[in-house]
Amino acid sequence: MAAKRVIPVLLIRNQGLWKGRRFRSHKYVGDPQNALRVFSEKMVDELVMLNIEASVKKTGPDIRLIERVANECYMPFAFGGGIRTVEQVGNVLRSGAEKVVIGTAALKTPNLINESARLFGSQSIVVSIDYKETLFNKRRVYIYSGNKRTKVDPLRMAIEMSRRGAGEILLTSISKEGMGGGLDLKFLEEVAMKVGVPIIGGGGVGSVKDIIEGMNTTGLSAIAVGSLVTFSGPHRSVLINYPLVSPAEVDD
Amino acid sequence: MKGVIVDLGINNIQSLQHKITRLGIKVEVGEKAKDIDQSDFIILPGVGYFGEAMNRLRERDLIDTLNSRVVMKQIPILGICLGMQLFSEDSEEGNTAGLGWIRGSTKLLKSRNKKISIPHIGWSRINSVDANPSPLLNQIEQTKRFYFVHSYHLQCQDSTDIVTTSTYEDIEFVSSIRKQNIFGTQFHPEKSHRDGMQVVWNFLHCSGLV
Repeated sequence: MAAKRVIPVLLIRNQGLWKGRRFRSHKYVGDPQNALRVFSEKMVDELVMLNIEASVKKTGPDIRLIERVANECYMPFAFGGGIRTVEQVGNVLRSGAEKVVIGTAALKTPNLINESARLFGSQSIVVSIDYKETLFNKRRVYIYSGNKRTKVDPLRMAIEMSRRGAGEILLTSISKEGMGGGLDLKFLEEVAMKVGVPIIGGGGVGSVKDIIEGMNTTGLSAIAVGSLVTFSGPHRSVLINYPLVSPAEVDD
Repeated sequence: MKGVIVDLGINNIQSLQHKITRLGIKVEVGEKAKDIDQSDFIILPGVGYFGEAMNRLRERDLIDTLNSRVVMKQIPILGICLGMQLFSEDSEEGNTAGLGWIRGSTKLLKSRNKKISIPHIGWSRINSVDANPSPLLNQIEQTKRFYFVHSYHLQCQDSTDIVTTSTYEDIEFVSSIRKQNIFGTQFHPEKSHRDGMQVVWNFLHCSGLV
Protein backbone atom coordinates (compact mmCIF):
# COMPACT_ATOMS: atom_id res chain seq x y z
CA MET A 1 0.00 0.00 0.00
CA ALA A 2 1.57 3.29 -1.06
CA ALA A 3 2.04 5.95 1.60
CA LYS A 4 -0.85 8.39 1.85
CA ARG A 5 -0.28 11.66 0.09
CA VAL A 6 -0.73 15.19 1.38
CA ILE A 7 -1.63 17.44 -1.50
CA PRO A 8 -1.68 21.25 -1.37
CA VAL A 9 -4.58 22.68 -3.33
CA LEU A 10 -3.97 26.16 -4.73
CA LEU A 11 -6.83 28.31 -5.95
CA ILE A 12 -6.25 30.64 -8.86
CA ARG A 13 -8.26 33.69 -9.80
CA ASN A 14 -7.09 36.22 -12.31
CA GLN A 15 -3.55 34.80 -12.30
CA GLY A 16 -3.20 35.20 -8.55
CA LEU A 17 -3.58 32.82 -5.64
CA TRP A 18 -6.62 33.24 -3.44
CA LYS A 19 -7.97 31.48 -0.37
CA GLY A 20 -11.34 31.68 1.30
CA ARG A 21 -13.62 30.11 3.85
CA ARG A 22 -16.49 27.88 2.82
CA PHE A 23 -15.77 28.88 -0.77
CA ARG A 24 -16.41 32.56 0.03
CA SER A 25 -14.63 35.76 1.09
CA HIS A 26 -11.51 34.91 -0.81
CA LYS A 27 -8.38 36.75 0.17
CA TYR A 28 -5.44 37.35 -2.14
CA VAL A 29 -2.46 35.36 -0.95
CA GLY A 30 0.12 35.92 -3.59
CA ASP A 31 1.74 34.86 -6.77
CA PRO A 32 1.53 31.22 -7.92
CA GLN A 33 5.20 31.20 -8.89
CA ASN A 34 6.21 31.96 -5.34
CA ALA A 35 3.98 29.25 -3.89
CA LEU A 36 5.38 26.80 -6.40
CA ARG A 37 8.89 27.63 -5.41
CA VAL A 38 8.08 27.00 -1.75
CA PHE A 39 6.41 23.68 -2.47
CA SER A 40 9.15 22.55 -4.81
CA GLU A 41 11.69 23.52 -2.20
CA LYS A 42 9.79 21.54 0.42
CA MET A 43 9.46 18.69 -2.04
CA VAL A 44 5.75 18.07 -1.69
CA ASP A 45 4.36 14.91 -3.26
CA GLU A 46 2.11 16.59 -5.76
CA LEU A 47 0.04 19.69 -6.22
CA VAL A 48 -3.45 20.62 -7.35
CA MET A 49 -4.11 23.98 -8.95
CA LEU A 50 -7.68 25.06 -9.58
CA ASN A 51 -9.00 28.10 -11.34
CA ILE A 52 -12.03 29.02 -9.24
CA GLU A 53 -13.68 31.44 -11.62
CA ALA A 54 -13.37 29.51 -14.86
CA SER A 55 -16.57 27.47 -14.56
CA VAL A 56 -18.65 30.53 -13.76
CA LYS A 57 -16.98 32.72 -16.37
CA LYS A 58 -16.89 29.86 -18.85
CA THR A 59 -13.27 30.52 -19.71
CA GLY A 60 -10.87 27.83 -20.88
CA PRO A 61 -7.66 26.71 -19.17
CA ASP A 62 -4.80 29.21 -19.07
CA ILE A 63 -2.24 27.27 -21.11
CA ARG A 64 0.57 29.76 -20.51
CA LEU A 65 0.08 29.49 -16.77
CA ILE A 66 0.14 25.70 -16.95
CA GLU A 67 3.34 25.76 -19.00
CA ARG A 68 4.96 28.12 -16.49
CA VAL A 69 3.88 25.88 -13.62
CA ALA A 70 5.22 22.82 -15.48
CA ASN A 71 8.56 24.58 -15.85
CA GLU A 72 8.78 25.32 -12.12
CA CYS A 73 7.18 22.20 -10.72
CA TYR A 74 9.58 19.36 -10.00
CA MET A 75 6.73 17.06 -9.03
CA PRO A 76 3.50 15.97 -10.67
CA PHE A 77 0.61 18.41 -10.62
CA ALA A 78 -3.07 18.47 -11.51
CA PHE A 79 -4.85 21.40 -13.06
CA GLY A 80 -8.55 22.19 -13.19
CA GLY A 81 -11.24 24.83 -13.28
CA GLY A 82 -13.88 25.19 -15.96
CA ILE A 83 -12.74 22.21 -18.02
CA ARG A 84 -15.64 21.31 -20.30
CA THR A 85 -14.32 19.59 -23.43
CA VAL A 86 -12.05 16.73 -24.39
CA GLU A 87 -9.97 19.19 -26.36
CA GLN A 88 -9.35 21.25 -23.24
CA VAL A 89 -8.38 18.11 -21.34
CA GLY A 90 -5.84 17.29 -24.03
CA ASN A 91 -4.46 20.83 -24.03
CA VAL A 92 -3.96 20.83 -20.27
CA LEU A 93 -2.14 17.49 -20.35
CA ARG A 94 0.01 18.47 -23.32
CA SER A 95 0.97 21.70 -21.57
CA GLY A 96 2.61 19.76 -18.79
CA ALA A 97 0.05 18.84 -16.14
CA GLU A 98 -0.01 15.17 -15.15
CA LYS A 99 -3.71 15.24 -14.40
CA VAL A 100 -6.81 17.23 -15.18
CA VAL A 101 -9.41 18.01 -12.52
CA ILE A 102 -13.01 18.12 -13.74
CA GLY A 103 -15.84 19.37 -11.51
CA THR A 104 -18.98 21.01 -12.83
CA ALA A 105 -18.72 19.38 -16.26
CA ALA A 106 -18.55 15.92 -14.68
CA LEU A 107 -22.09 16.46 -13.46
CA LYS A 108 -23.49 18.33 -16.46
CA THR A 109 -21.90 16.30 -19.24
CA PRO A 110 -20.67 13.08 -17.61
CA ASN A 111 -19.68 11.51 -20.93
CA LEU A 112 -16.71 13.87 -20.83
CA ILE A 113 -15.27 11.60 -18.16
CA ASN A 114 -15.72 8.45 -20.25
CA GLU A 115 -14.19 10.09 -23.32
CA SER A 116 -11.26 11.66 -21.49
CA ALA A 117 -10.42 8.42 -19.67
CA ARG A 118 -10.56 6.54 -22.95
CA LEU A 119 -8.26 8.95 -24.76
CA PHE A 120 -5.81 9.88 -22.03
CA GLY A 121 -6.07 7.13 -19.43
CA SER A 122 -7.89 7.12 -16.11
CA GLN A 123 -4.74 8.09 -14.26
CA SER A 124 -4.97 11.54 -15.90
CA ILE A 125 -8.52 12.24 -14.80
CA VAL A 126 -9.53 13.51 -11.35
CA VAL A 127 -13.18 14.28 -10.70
CA SER A 128 -13.78 16.98 -8.12
CA ILE A 129 -16.94 16.83 -6.04
CA ASP A 130 -17.80 19.76 -3.73
CA TYR A 131 -20.62 19.21 -1.29
CA LYS A 132 -22.45 20.65 1.69
CA GLU A 133 -24.25 18.98 4.52
CA THR A 134 -27.91 19.89 4.62
CA LEU A 135 -30.59 19.29 7.20
CA PHE A 136 -31.18 15.70 8.27
CA ASN A 137 -27.53 14.80 7.72
CA LYS A 138 -27.94 14.66 3.95
CA ARG A 139 -25.22 15.82 1.64
CA ARG A 140 -25.67 17.56 -1.69
CA VAL A 141 -23.25 18.34 -4.51
CA TYR A 142 -22.62 21.98 -5.40
CA ILE A 143 -21.27 23.08 -8.77
CA TYR A 144 -19.91 26.29 -10.34
CA SER A 145 -17.39 26.81 -7.55
CA GLY A 146 -19.98 26.26 -4.86
CA ASN A 147 -22.48 28.69 -6.32
CA LYS A 148 -25.19 26.29 -7.41
CA ARG A 149 -26.84 23.63 -5.34
CA THR A 150 -27.91 20.37 -6.96
CA LYS A 151 -30.04 17.48 -5.77
CA VAL A 152 -27.21 15.01 -6.30
CA ASP A 153 -25.78 12.95 -3.49
CA PRO A 154 -21.93 13.10 -3.50
CA LEU A 155 -21.47 9.42 -2.67
CA ARG A 156 -23.65 8.37 -5.59
CA MET A 157 -21.82 10.78 -7.86
CA ALA A 158 -18.47 9.39 -6.72
CA ILE A 159 -19.60 5.85 -7.51
CA GLU A 160 -20.86 6.85 -10.93
CA MET A 161 -17.72 8.79 -11.80
CA SER A 162 -15.49 5.88 -10.86
CA ARG A 163 -17.54 3.68 -13.17
CA ARG A 164 -17.09 6.19 -15.97
CA GLY A 165 -13.32 6.04 -15.70
CA ALA A 166 -12.22 8.71 -13.23
CA GLY A 167 -8.82 7.75 -11.86
CA GLU A 168 -9.33 9.62 -8.59
CA ILE A 169 -12.02 11.58 -6.80
CA LEU A 170 -11.30 14.82 -4.93
CA LEU A 171 -14.03 15.22 -2.35
CA THR A 172 -14.30 18.61 -0.63
CA SER A 173 -16.65 19.63 2.16
CA ILE A 174 -17.66 23.23 1.49
CA SER A 175 -19.00 23.64 5.02
CA LYS A 176 -15.67 22.70 6.50
CA GLU A 177 -13.41 24.35 3.93
CA GLY A 178 -11.13 27.02 5.33
CA MET A 179 -12.47 26.57 8.84
CA GLY A 180 -9.63 24.50 10.25
CA GLY A 181 -12.03 22.34 12.22
CA GLY A 182 -10.96 19.00 10.79
CA LEU A 183 -12.11 16.83 7.89
CA ASP A 184 -15.54 15.26 7.38
CA LEU A 185 -13.96 11.94 8.38
CA LYS A 186 -16.90 9.57 8.75
CA PHE A 187 -18.25 10.48 5.34
CA LEU A 188 -14.83 10.29 3.69
CA GLU A 189 -14.33 6.86 5.17
CA GLU A 190 -17.71 5.72 3.86
CA VAL A 191 -16.94 6.96 0.35
CA ALA A 192 -13.46 5.43 0.39
CA MET A 193 -14.93 2.06 1.33
CA LYS A 194 -17.68 2.15 -1.26
CA VAL A 195 -15.88 3.64 -4.26
CA GLY A 196 -13.32 1.68 -6.25
CA VAL A 197 -10.84 4.47 -6.98
CA PRO A 198 -8.50 6.52 -4.76
CA ILE A 199 -10.23 9.25 -2.79
CA ILE A 200 -8.56 12.54 -1.91
CA GLY A 201 -10.36 14.05 1.07
CA GLY A 202 -10.36 17.79 1.60
CA GLY A 203 -11.97 20.66 3.41
CA GLY A 204 -11.13 21.54 7.00
CA VAL A 205 -7.55 20.55 7.66
CA GLY A 206 -6.34 23.04 10.25
CA SER A 207 -3.39 21.26 11.77
CA VAL A 208 -1.00 18.38 11.36
CA LYS A 209 -3.24 16.51 13.82
CA ASP A 210 -6.06 16.70 11.26
CA ILE A 211 -3.74 15.25 8.65
CA ILE A 212 -2.80 12.38 10.93
CA GLU A 213 -6.48 11.68 11.57
CA GLY A 214 -7.01 11.67 7.83
CA MET A 215 -4.11 9.26 7.37
CA ASN A 216 -5.66 6.96 9.94
CA THR A 217 -8.99 7.00 8.15
CA THR A 218 -9.46 3.69 6.47
CA GLY A 219 -9.29 3.67 2.74
CA LEU A 220 -8.53 7.36 2.20
CA SER A 221 -5.66 7.73 -0.30
CA ALA A 222 -4.72 11.32 0.16
CA ILE A 223 -5.49 14.47 2.08
CA ALA A 224 -5.94 17.82 0.40
CA VAL A 225 -4.75 20.91 2.26
CA GLY A 226 -5.40 24.57 1.59
CA SER A 227 -5.40 26.95 4.53
CA LEU A 228 -2.79 24.93 6.34
CA VAL A 229 -0.21 25.73 3.71
CA THR A 230 -1.38 29.26 3.03
CA PHE A 231 -1.96 30.87 6.38
CA SER A 232 -0.27 30.99 9.70
CA GLY A 233 -1.35 32.17 13.13
CA PRO A 234 -4.65 33.30 14.60
CA HIS A 235 -4.94 36.32 12.31
CA ARG A 236 -4.52 34.18 9.22
CA SER A 237 -1.42 36.01 8.04
CA VAL A 238 -0.31 34.77 4.70
CA LEU A 239 2.58 32.38 4.91
CA ILE A 240 3.04 29.86 2.16
CA ASN A 241 4.53 26.91 3.96
CA TYR A 242 4.56 23.14 4.16
CA PRO A 243 4.78 21.76 7.66
CA LEU A 244 5.69 18.20 6.87
CA VAL A 245 8.70 16.21 5.86
CA SER A 246 8.60 15.30 2.21
CA PRO A 247 7.72 11.66 1.49
CA ALA A 248 10.64 11.73 -0.91
CA GLU A 249 12.79 11.85 2.20
CA VAL A 250 10.94 9.45 4.45
CA ASP A 251 12.61 6.27 5.49
CA ASP A 252 10.09 3.45 5.76
CA MET B 1 28.06 21.04 -26.29
CA LYS B 2 24.38 20.72 -27.09
CA GLY B 3 21.72 18.09 -26.59
CA VAL B 4 18.36 17.28 -28.15
CA ILE B 5 15.09 16.15 -26.63
CA VAL B 6 13.26 14.12 -29.25
CA ASP B 7 9.78 15.46 -29.78
CA LEU B 8 7.27 12.77 -30.68
CA GLY B 9 4.37 15.15 -30.35
CA ILE B 10 2.90 13.13 -27.53
CA ASN B 11 3.63 15.05 -24.38
CA ASN B 12 4.99 18.22 -22.96
CA ILE B 13 8.73 18.48 -23.28
CA GLN B 14 9.15 22.21 -22.98
CA SER B 15 9.20 21.86 -19.22
CA LEU B 16 11.80 19.09 -19.43
CA GLN B 17 13.91 21.31 -21.65
CA HIS B 18 13.48 24.19 -19.25
CA LYS B 19 14.61 22.10 -16.29
CA ILE B 20 17.72 20.80 -18.04
CA THR B 21 18.60 24.28 -19.25
CA ARG B 22 18.37 25.34 -15.62
CA LEU B 23 21.23 22.94 -14.86
CA GLY B 24 23.34 25.06 -17.16
CA ILE B 25 23.14 22.66 -20.08
CA LYS B 26 22.27 23.63 -23.62
CA VAL B 27 19.46 21.45 -24.93
CA GLU B 28 16.87 21.89 -27.65
CA VAL B 29 13.70 20.21 -28.66
CA GLY B 30 13.84 18.52 -32.05
CA GLU B 31 11.83 16.24 -34.27
CA LYS B 32 14.00 15.97 -37.37
CA ALA B 33 16.85 13.64 -38.16
CA LYS B 34 19.26 16.54 -38.55
CA ASP B 35 18.45 17.73 -35.00
CA ILE B 36 19.60 14.36 -33.72
CA ASP B 37 22.62 14.25 -36.04
CA GLN B 38 23.94 17.50 -34.67
CA SER B 39 23.58 16.70 -30.97
CA ASP B 40 26.12 15.62 -28.41
CA PHE B 41 23.51 13.81 -26.34
CA ILE B 42 19.93 12.67 -26.84
CA ILE B 43 16.98 12.46 -24.51
CA LEU B 44 14.06 10.27 -25.50
CA PRO B 45 11.08 11.02 -23.26
CA GLY B 46 7.80 9.20 -23.56
CA VAL B 47 4.28 9.06 -22.33
CA GLY B 48 1.53 7.00 -23.87
CA TYR B 49 1.58 3.97 -26.07
CA PHE B 50 4.59 1.97 -27.28
CA GLY B 51 3.09 1.27 -30.68
CA GLU B 52 2.15 4.89 -31.21
CA ALA B 53 5.61 6.11 -30.21
CA MET B 54 7.38 3.66 -32.57
CA ASN B 55 5.05 4.76 -35.38
CA ARG B 56 5.99 8.35 -34.82
CA LEU B 57 9.69 7.54 -34.81
CA ARG B 58 9.14 5.84 -38.15
CA GLU B 59 6.97 8.61 -39.57
CA ARG B 60 9.55 11.23 -38.68
CA ASP B 61 12.24 9.04 -40.22
CA LEU B 62 14.27 8.99 -37.04
CA ILE B 63 15.12 5.32 -36.61
CA ASP B 64 18.11 5.24 -38.94
CA THR B 65 19.58 8.38 -37.41
CA LEU B 66 19.09 7.04 -33.91
CA ASN B 67 20.75 3.76 -34.81
CA SER B 68 23.62 5.58 -36.43
CA ARG B 69 24.20 8.05 -33.61
CA VAL B 70 23.53 5.75 -30.66
CA VAL B 71 24.84 2.38 -31.82
CA MET B 72 27.56 3.40 -34.27
CA LYS B 73 28.77 6.73 -32.94
CA GLN B 74 27.95 5.85 -29.30
CA ILE B 75 26.39 9.22 -28.57
CA PRO B 76 24.94 9.20 -25.02
CA ILE B 77 21.18 8.74 -24.84
CA LEU B 78 18.79 8.87 -21.85
CA GLY B 79 15.38 7.23 -22.25
CA ILE B 80 12.67 8.31 -19.79
CA CYS B 81 9.70 6.14 -18.90
CA LEU B 82 8.24 4.94 -22.23
CA GLY B 83 11.41 6.30 -23.81
CA MET B 84 13.44 3.69 -21.95
CA GLN B 85 10.99 0.94 -22.91
CA LEU B 86 11.43 1.80 -26.59
CA PHE B 87 15.04 0.58 -26.31
CA SER B 88 13.79 -2.99 -25.84
CA GLU B 89 13.30 -5.56 -28.58
CA ASP B 90 9.53 -5.58 -28.45
CA SER B 91 6.48 -4.83 -26.36
CA GLU B 92 3.39 -6.76 -25.37
CA GLU B 93 1.51 -3.53 -25.92
CA GLY B 94 0.37 -3.57 -29.49
CA ASN B 95 2.76 -6.43 -30.27
CA THR B 96 5.29 -4.02 -31.70
CA ALA B 97 9.03 -4.12 -32.29
CA GLY B 98 11.18 -1.63 -30.40
CA LEU B 99 14.58 -0.19 -31.21
CA GLY B 100 16.21 -3.43 -30.03
CA TRP B 101 19.25 -1.91 -28.32
CA ILE B 102 18.57 -3.58 -24.99
CA ARG B 103 17.93 -7.30 -25.01
CA GLY B 104 14.56 -8.03 -23.50
CA SER B 105 10.89 -7.20 -23.81
CA THR B 106 8.49 -4.66 -22.44
CA LYS B 107 5.71 -6.36 -20.55
CA LEU B 108 2.58 -5.44 -18.62
CA LEU B 109 3.02 -5.18 -14.84
CA LYS B 110 1.42 -8.36 -13.53
CA SER B 111 1.34 -10.04 -10.17
CA ARG B 112 1.17 -13.79 -9.83
CA ASN B 113 -0.42 -13.64 -6.43
CA LYS B 114 -2.82 -10.79 -6.20
CA LYS B 115 -4.99 -8.35 -8.05
CA ILE B 116 -3.09 -5.12 -8.51
CA SER B 117 -4.21 -1.75 -9.77
CA ILE B 118 -2.63 -0.48 -12.98
CA PRO B 119 -0.93 1.84 -13.65
CA HIS B 120 1.64 1.99 -10.89
CA ILE B 121 1.51 5.63 -9.79
CA GLY B 122 3.49 7.00 -6.92
CA TRP B 123 6.83 7.45 -5.29
CA SER B 124 9.17 4.47 -4.88
CA ARG B 125 12.75 3.79 -3.97
CA ILE B 126 15.28 2.60 -6.51
CA ASN B 127 17.64 -0.14 -5.36
CA SER B 128 21.06 -0.63 -6.83
CA VAL B 129 21.59 -4.23 -8.00
CA ASP B 130 25.30 -3.84 -7.50
CA ALA B 131 27.00 -3.49 -4.14
CA ASN B 132 29.01 -0.82 -5.93
CA PRO B 133 26.32 1.54 -7.12
CA SER B 134 26.60 2.87 -10.63
CA PRO B 135 27.81 6.47 -11.08
CA LEU B 136 24.29 7.13 -12.37
CA LEU B 137 23.36 7.10 -8.68
CA ASN B 138 26.06 9.50 -7.46
CA GLN B 139 25.00 11.68 -4.53
CA ILE B 140 21.65 9.94 -4.26
CA GLU B 141 20.83 8.43 -0.90
CA GLN B 142 19.36 4.99 -0.80
CA THR B 143 16.20 6.26 0.92
CA LYS B 144 15.24 8.70 -1.78
CA ARG B 145 12.10 8.08 -3.79
CA PHE B 146 11.26 8.81 -7.38
CA TYR B 147 7.99 9.37 -9.20
CA PHE B 148 6.64 6.53 -11.31
CA VAL B 149 3.59 6.31 -13.54
CA HIS B 150 3.55 3.28 -15.82
CA SER B 151 1.65 0.14 -16.69
CA TYR B 152 4.51 -1.66 -18.43
CA HIS B 153 8.06 -2.49 -17.49
CA LEU B 154 11.22 -3.54 -19.27
CA GLN B 155 12.30 -7.10 -18.60
CA CYS B 156 16.04 -7.13 -19.30
CA GLN B 157 17.61 -10.31 -20.60
CA ASP B 158 21.11 -9.16 -19.71
CA SER B 159 21.35 -8.49 -16.00
CA THR B 160 24.45 -6.40 -16.63
CA ASP B 161 22.15 -3.78 -18.21
CA ILE B 162 20.23 -3.28 -14.95
CA VAL B 163 21.29 -0.43 -12.67
CA THR B 164 18.35 -0.40 -10.22
CA THR B 165 15.16 -2.28 -9.51
CA SER B 166 12.09 -1.11 -7.65
CA THR B 167 9.05 -2.77 -6.17
CA TYR B 168 5.37 -2.31 -6.90
CA GLU B 169 3.11 -4.49 -4.77
CA ASP B 170 4.85 -7.87 -5.08
CA ILE B 171 6.53 -7.17 -8.41
CA GLU B 172 10.18 -6.32 -8.71
CA PHE B 173 10.84 -4.40 -11.91
CA VAL B 174 13.75 -2.65 -13.58
CA SER B 175 13.75 1.04 -12.72
CA SER B 176 16.95 2.15 -14.43
CA ILE B 177 19.38 0.74 -16.97
CA ARG B 178 22.72 1.41 -18.51
CA LYS B 179 24.49 -0.26 -21.40
CA GLN B 180 27.57 1.76 -22.28
CA ASN B 181 26.20 5.00 -23.74
CA ILE B 182 22.56 3.94 -23.42
CA PHE B 183 20.86 5.01 -20.18
CA GLY B 184 17.26 4.77 -19.12
CA THR B 185 14.95 5.50 -16.18
CA GLN B 186 11.48 4.11 -15.74
CA PHE B 187 10.72 6.96 -13.31
CA HIS B 188 10.35 10.60 -14.30
CA PRO B 189 13.50 12.42 -13.15
CA GLU B 190 11.92 15.75 -14.05
CA LYS B 191 9.07 15.02 -11.60
CA SER B 192 11.23 13.68 -8.81
CA HIS B 193 12.57 16.85 -7.27
CA ARG B 194 16.25 17.47 -6.75
CA ASP B 195 17.28 13.85 -6.83
CA GLY B 196 15.58 13.38 -10.17
CA MET B 197 17.59 16.18 -11.69
CA GLN B 198 20.70 14.76 -9.99
CA VAL B 199 20.15 11.57 -12.04
CA VAL B 200 20.00 13.65 -15.21
CA TRP B 201 23.19 15.40 -14.16
CA ASN B 202 24.83 12.06 -13.43
CA PHE B 203 23.89 10.80 -16.90
CA LEU B 204 25.69 13.78 -18.42
CA HIS B 205 28.65 13.36 -16.09
CA CYS B 206 28.98 9.63 -16.84
CA SER B 207 29.00 10.57 -20.49
CA GLY B 208 31.87 12.98 -20.00
CA LEU B 209 29.76 15.95 -21.02
CA VAL B 210 29.88 17.90 -17.75
